[in-house]
Amino acid sequence: MVLAIAPGPCDHRPMLALPAIPLLALTCVPVSAWAVRRAPRTAPWLAVLPAALFLLVLTLPDGAGFRLAWIPSLGVEISFHLDGLSRLFALLITGIGAGVYLYAASYLAGHAQLHRFLATLTLFMAAMLGAVLADDLLLLFVFWELTSLASFLLIGFDAHRAEARRAAQQGLMVTVAGGLAMLAGVLLLGRAAGSFSISEILAQGDALAGDPLAPWIVVLIAIGCFAKSAQWPLHFWLPNAMAAPTPVSAYLHSATMVKLGVYLLARLNPAFQDMALWQGLLTGAGAATMLAGAVLALRERDLKRKLAWSTVVALGTLVMLIGIQDPLATTAAIVFLLVHALYKASLFLIAGIVDKKAGTRDAMQLRGLGRRMPLTAAAALLAGLSMAGAPGFIGALAKDLLFTVHVGLPGLLPGIALVVNAAMVVVAGVVAARPFMGAPMRTEQTAKDPPVAMLVAPLVLGGLGLLLGMAPQLVAATIIEPAAAAMLGRPTGIALAQKQGGMLVLTMSLGALALGLLMFLGWRRIQPTLAGQGWLDAYGPDAGYGRAMRGLAVGATALTRRVQGGSLRRYLAASLVLVFGGAGLLLAARGGLALPAPGLWATPAQLALATVIAAGALAACRIRALFGQVMAAGLVGFGVGILFLTLGAADLAFTQFTVEILAIVLLVAILARLPFHALDARGAGERRRDALLAIGVGATATAILLAVLSVPFDPAIQGWMGQAAVPEAKGRNVVNVVIVDFRALDTLGEIAVLLIAALAATVLLRRAGKPA
Amino acid sequence: MPDSLILRASARYVLWAGLALSVFVLLRGHNEPGGGFIGGLIGALGFVFHALARGPSETRRVLRLDPLAWGGIGLLLATASGLPALLLHAEPLLTHQWIEGLPIGTAIPFDIGVYLVVLGFALAFVLPFLGEDSA
Repeated sequence: MVLAIAPGPCDHRPMLALPAIPLLALTCVPVSAWAVRRAPRTAPWLAVLPAALFLLVLTLPDGAGFRLAWIPSLGVEISFHLDGLSRLFALLITGIGAGVYLYAASYLAGHAQLHRFLATLTLFMAAMLGAVLADDLLLLFVFWELTSLASFLLIGFDAHRAEARRAAQQGLMVTVAGGLAMLAGVLLLGRAAGSFSISEILAQGDALAGDPLAPWIVVLIAIGCFAKSAQWPLHFWLPNAMAAPTPVSAYLHSATMVKLGVYLLARLNPAFQDMALWQGLLTGAGAATMLAGAVLALRERDLKRKLAWSTVVALGTLVMLIGIQDPLATTAAIVFLLVHALYKASLFLIAGIVDKKAGTRDAMQLRGLGRRMPLTAAAALLAGLSMAGAPGFIGALAKDLLFTVHVGLPGLLPGIALVVNAAMVVVAGVVAARPFMGAPMRTEQTAKDPPVAMLVAPLVLGGLGLLLGMAPQLVAATIIEPAAAAMLGRPTGIALAQKQGGMLVLTMSLGALALGLLMFLGWRRIQPTLAGQGWLDAYGPDAGYGRAMRGLAVGATALTRRVQGGSLRRYLAASLVLVFGGAGLLLAARGGLALPAPGLWATPAQLALATVIAAGALAACRIRALFGQVMAAGLVGFGVGILFLTLGAADLAFTQFTVEILAIVLLVAILARLPFHALDARGAGERRRDALLAIGVGATATAILLAVLSVPFDPAIQGWMGQAAVPEAKGRNVVNVVIVDFRALDTLGEIAVLLIAALAATVLLRRAGKPA
Repeated sequence: MPDSLILRASARYVLWAGLALSVFVLLRGHNEPGGGFIGGLIGALGFVFHALARGPSETRRVLRLDPLAWGGIGLLLATASGLPALLLHAEPLLTHQWIEGLPIGTAIPFDIGVYLVVLGFALAFVLPFLGEDSA
């Protein structure tokens, strides 16, 4: 491996700090597990890691890059690149990450597995950072899959709950299946572009869109992103992922995991934005997701699941905005991404507090917590107002941009946007306002504000929503525009501080707010009606997933029962017929049947040995006593060993002898231990069939060997090895030199297989010794 | 298993003789017929003889570690012997490095690794069949 730190096409400053970001996080995985296990009170201090990384990401210059050859022959590199888009994501991951760490340390305080939780969370954060900073598509893919694995562990953290296990498996199945499609798309993209480097691919502009592979690339990568970002109809895993501890939900939904699909779509947007397929796929899937998510959010009573459905809505909105080719839509996507991350993380954390303090997450039951939990209520209000798009909050800015984009769109889309946004107002009201309003509900313990550590993140994130709403210029030129420009491939030319849109947009904004308020007031009556629509569950994709998994299990059981009948003789016959029948047919069909040149025929001594071997084989078939059969088979083995000797293959003969001894000892030992009553229960017909099979296998093997020998032998390799063995590998025994040196990598593979086989055999033998 | 005094008494000596032979075969393998594969098999034969005479539990005591653990150590050793090339000399994995002018190099730990894997593999398969203890 060559250490080559060379600047990429767009970067001017090679930066070691860049790869250090995911690397540092990865290093902290075992460290955090060890530290928290030894001293649980160190847990809150782990928040220093994301906070430090946040500052690092903030200070690194745009265009910072790092390249290191990884698999040069395939053009795969360990390369990282920082631009506006990756910076925005990295800031969200680390910034919200810091809050989540602080919250989790308190939320799970005293939990026996806290160290495991925090270590997995760190792994997850490292994978996310690697994925958004990677400049090589395959490196990105590796991190992408790592996020799936880490989230599997996080969702299934409470592994004793069946619900958590199912949710973890479901998330993994959906995202990894999508990842497989994405890998195919990535490989095609690398082939079409001639490089796996994202900056090199983007430097080609929209030229790639004309490639004949482009439709395949777009569809495959979109499938991967849709699965990751929970687009309809692959959205169902996301609400089930609520089985995870609340800090994970907050993190997964706001800044990470589901945003990764959005990231990659935004990342590749400059290359494909002019393709009708790209636009159609993204706007179509996005709009469908928005609508489905809104309906499902309205009928949900569980706070966390309700928020989860609203995340589906947000993801649909983002994907749709990426698909709309208008600089305004690009800016809207980036602003909404930021808005959503802030309020969603905050609301999830609040839902966790409410769940813990009030003992329920049922929105119908939660009432009047505001007086007892004033700080929590304040944080909820801040986040909820931003979510609803109340004037003064950055959420309002996002909503204005959104509607400005939508009024220009054809068909039903503006209407869909209006209804969906009204639904979001309802969710905001039900999650952030309703639990805190009205007469106090009865709770088992006195509900009160949680420790400060759990309130910091919701309050800061909610406060940011207000601050940025008042002063969007704080991030407009430094964060928003660079990210939007990276997503568009050129500057957007949109000044964020200005009021967007005209009267129509204002009307839509206010209309959505008013409609949402109306629906919120009537939600108590709307919800049961919607929840009563059982067909939504019965025919939804989640039920389909369940049916598919059950079908898989039933099918596998049936197949196993059919194929694995339990008769060893059958297995052997099936394997032999398949292998030798296949090989023989192939040989005959390709015209490979041939006789070697006469010079290779045997000497008298070898002929005599061959006679002995044949006699041993015949005897093994004819003798009825098992011990006799073993001895006869041994005769064959030793005969072959001596034959090797006469051909000058001392090493081979040596090995043959030792293996033969081991085999005989083993067989005799088994025969001595096991009671064989019926020696041969086969009928005459079966015996004839077995004999035919044996003769067929022998004949095929002979034909193959003869065909091999008839191919002219190229002595060049043998000659080279003979000459090179001593100077290159300091050995005169060419066989051993080949094994340990020239083909050492093959040997390593072989001994690994040996050990795996021994492991499997040990497990089977141990199980055989015990009663089933 | 047949209980024979001669067999029992000689088992230990045969084991050590077998192991000595196997190590000899292992080390000479680079120049004469032999090497890790054959050496490991011969070593396994020594242990099998011991197990036949004294029972596999006794053999496992002599082995100290589970055969699979020996195999694992061997695989680690073989892999590790390939790392110097990668890390120190920027050459492909398992390009063996030699001490200048001497026939001593990373191929030797590699072959020892092969020896241990083959030994562990053979014993993991055979020992469970040789006695009542299925360990």
